Amino acid sequence: MEGIKRFIADFGLPRVIITFYLLALFLAAPLVGVSLPASISDSLIRIGMNGIMVLAMVPMIQSGCGLNFGLSLGVIAGLLGATLSIEFGFAGVLGFVVAIGISQVFGAVFGYGYGKLLNRVKGGEMMIATYVGFSSVMIMSIAWLIMPYKSPTMIWGFGGEGLRTTISVEGFWRHILDDFLAVRIGDSFKFPTGAILVFVLVAVLIWVFFHLKLGTAVTAVGSNATYARASGINVNRMRIISVMMSTMLGGLGILVFEQSFGFIQLYEGPLYMAFPAVAAILIGGASVNKATLVHVFIGTALYQGILTMTPAIFNAVLKVDMSDVIRIIVSNGMILYALTRKTKVAK
Amino acid sequence: MDPAKPILSLRNIGKAFYGNRVLADVSFDVAPGEIVGLVGENGAGKSTLMKILFGMPVIHETGGYEGAILFEDREVRFRTPFEALDAGIGMVHQEFSLIPGFTTTENILLNRESFNNSILIDIFGKRISTLDRMTMESRSKKAIDKLGITLDPRMLVREMPVGHKQFTEIARELGRENVKLIVLDEPTAVLTESEAETLLGSLRTLSAEGIAIIFISHRLREVVELCDRVVVLRDGHNIKDLAARTTSIKEIASLMVGRTMEAQARIDAESAAREEKASGDGEPVLTVENLWVDMPGETVRNVNLSVRQGEIFGIGGLAGQGKLGIPNGLMGLYPAGGSVTLHGEPVALNSPRAALERRMAFVSEDRRGVGLLLDEGIDWNIAFTAALNSPRAALERRMAFVSEDRRGVGLLLDEGIDWNIAFTAMQVQDKYVTPLLGGLLKWRSDAAMSSLATEYIKLLEIRCTGPRQRAGTLSGGNQQKVCLAKAFALRPDLLFVSEPTRGIDIGAKHLVLDTLKKYNREYGTTIIMISSELEELRSICDRIAIVYEGRIEGILPHTAPVEDFGLLMAGADKDEAPATAGGGN
Repeated sequence: MEGIKRFIADFGLPRVIITFYLLALFLAAPLVGVSLPASISDSLIRIGMNGIMVLAMVPMIQSGCGLNFGLSLGVIAGLLGATLSIEFGFAGVLGFVVAIGISQVFGAVFGYGYGKLLNRVKGGEMMIATYVGFSSVMIMSIAWLIMPYKSPTMIWGFGGEGLRTTISVEGFWRHILDDFLAVRIGDSFKFPTGAILVFVLVAVLIWVFFHLKLGTAVTAVGSNATYARASGINVNRMRIISVMMSTMLGGLGILVFEQSFGFIQLYEGPLYMAFPAVAAILIGGASVNKATLVHVFIGTALYQGILTMTPAIFNAVLKVDMSDVIRIIVSNGMILYALTRKTKVAK
Repeated sequence: MDPAKPILSLRNIGKAFYGNRVLADVSFDVAPGEIVGLVGENGAGKSTLMKILFGMPVIHETGGYEGAILFEDREVRFRTPFEALDAGIGMVHQEFSLIPGFTTTENILLNRESFNNSILIDIFGKRISTLDRMTMESRSKKAIDKLGITLDPRMLVREMPVGHKQFTEIARELGRENVKLIVLDEPTAVLTESEAETLLGSLRTLSAEGIAIIFISHRLREVVELCDRVVVLRDGHNIKDLAARTTSIKEIASLMVGRTMEAQARIDAESAAREEKASGDGEPVLTVENLWVDMPGETVRNVNLSVRQGEIFGIGGLAGQGKLGIPNGLMGLYPAGGSVTLHGEPVALNSPRAALERRMAFVSEDRRGVGLLLDEGIDWNIAFTAALNSPRAALERRMAFVSEDRRGVGLLLDEGIDWNIAFTAMQVQDKYVTPLLGGLLKWRSDAAMSSLATEYIKLLEIRCTGPRQRAGTLSGGNQQKVCLAKAFALRPDLLFVSEPTRGIDIGAKHLVLDTLKKYNREYGTTIIMISSELEELRSICDRIAIVYEGRIEGILPHTAPVEDFGLLMAGADKDEAPATAGGGN
């Protein structure tokens, strides 16, 4: 009994509850006529789609900048990469690589400016980040309309100007990662090997970064900025590095998301990317100033699992389409809950 | 009241946190008007005992305690501090819990204010009532008068000297109508000697009025002087209940540490042996001319110094005279100016990095008091002038600094001991990193850091569960040792140590001072030690400079009589002979 109590205290009661809830959903699936292999496959695909955006939270949390509610900025960098790659006429693997390349350049530039801004508002990073996210999306909403894109697959029909709200990447790089080395069992199960591999690879890179001298300095800045300063660390520089990393990962993350989803969502699309990532890492057990890769993995798996399974089961039971309502309730509820226990870090 | 009848009885109190026993079978009584000293090393269980008494939530959150507490003959089991307050127990904590922007009166009467009556209250309820400042002032004055001191009731806490804050805290406890017992946790730790003296006087006054006092302190001299009885705790056990009149500091100290006083004798012998060491024959290693440092509360105006190779140089003086500003300025943590040369080469000021790379290291002073200013100061004020103030410059010149502010400059509380010790050396000197890809990447070597930490844990007897234990969970003395280890790991040429023994127990104190001496002897490291305890300076330093009003008032050998130091501290030279001292400034 002591052992169980200890485990619950370490692992965190909410995570225990969520895990059991998720297990219950999987068990219930066959009973209400939802295909279990399809459900698992969907969950895995969603984990691959969203994982990197959750990873993008780690650098800023570690450097003490808090949760990156301004992830939209990185997403915008990714969208610029995707649209420009298509505009230049690249397709297939090359198109995807070019898109990533462009997104990283934009991500670095945006991240630098964003980092400079956050250095001026120490203590209020998360609020300012939220504003940065919203305002950048709104500015880009105008920009998408007036930028001189010409590719007919992207601009409004009937010879209009500006980009469409949703652009299909079919024929460019749809499922380019999901289908890479994909394992198919039966009709309904697909293991998205490529996407999961990229997720793991990026996770390894981040793990390496935080084991370098530079990464150690970033962590120390987040742990105690004054101590870091007395140890000769340029605190502001470390913070900017972390913000740039986060923004660039956001750009990469949205590209991985889009290749699986099949569409580029412009205009207000980026707005809805930050919250799920924030919710996932918080469910994983991170706090606003400490996050590990374990938090990312557990959090992404639990959060995406719930998000896939809850609407499927509920829809099957209630025979009504409630999926979006449930998604919003779950993700925002999680953030709200997790923010109330800011300091406690689960193991 | 019958003095033989105790107001408070602790009966076989025990407490364990997650199977880790911190208190076992502790019993003692406190009679009305009695002053009981509670002493013990760090981690002996004093704070836990007081938390139990005061009903801190942490106690019953972790499973309550064993035994019983009798207060005024009734068994009590406080579940919140409010219940303890209502019963008439007041507590003055180690850390100040005052509101800086409020006045003395407002702090003393917080949540117990007097209100003006008005018809509006009858209509709209109590929340609309206004403060009756006249009554409040007289009430707070009454509480202050009980202490037998003078405080300006309208002064803002933020503008007060540290001593006055402490008095305000105590006055707040006295301001309650029914207070019968006051617990003071390390009340004199942040006070200067004269302020502490005043405080002890006030406590005697209170005891004469029948208020019982539990006094927790590391300063044994005060305990013996002030208390009627002394309770010694060691490793959670009640070792001895002594009458203060018949005991001695030596006896208490040996009971606390549970060791023979051989160690003490050894130190004394070493100190005697040191007399023979020819002090002051080395080359000047650090020369400071016309130094000014803008550190709030510790302003340095014009300091000229010359420290010789291999010596331990002490800097003393009363609080607020600027002695702490000297190392903080030299290490680049506060804006500073003047000319500083190390080994004949100028040191860039305002740059900790430069100092560290020149092999200077700094072990900063205690976390309290001055630490509060540091928090505000460094982060927000100086970060914006970072171009001028880069700690890197000082670090690069191998200067090390053990900061007075363990929570701020001193430690990464959320990280393990290994990180805390190795971090600065790693960042500045590329130690504990393995170059990868031809030096392009610098991989952190956790194994090397861990073995370094293990080495220092053994060397400095840091009490912990291992190198990965979070620094924030260590006790104060052990935190201080980690700070020292951090500076040692830099292998500094010049080490600044600021208040290294403040707030830590006797055992740790000797160990820290011993380590400093050993380090000085073995590596020839020049050490500059800043302390407000003159005896401590005299026990290990070769020469001691006394700072008064931001200037060096005089430099004396450690053998000089104590009265001479006293005169310098009071700035007596100037007062008595203004004509001769005028040129010196």
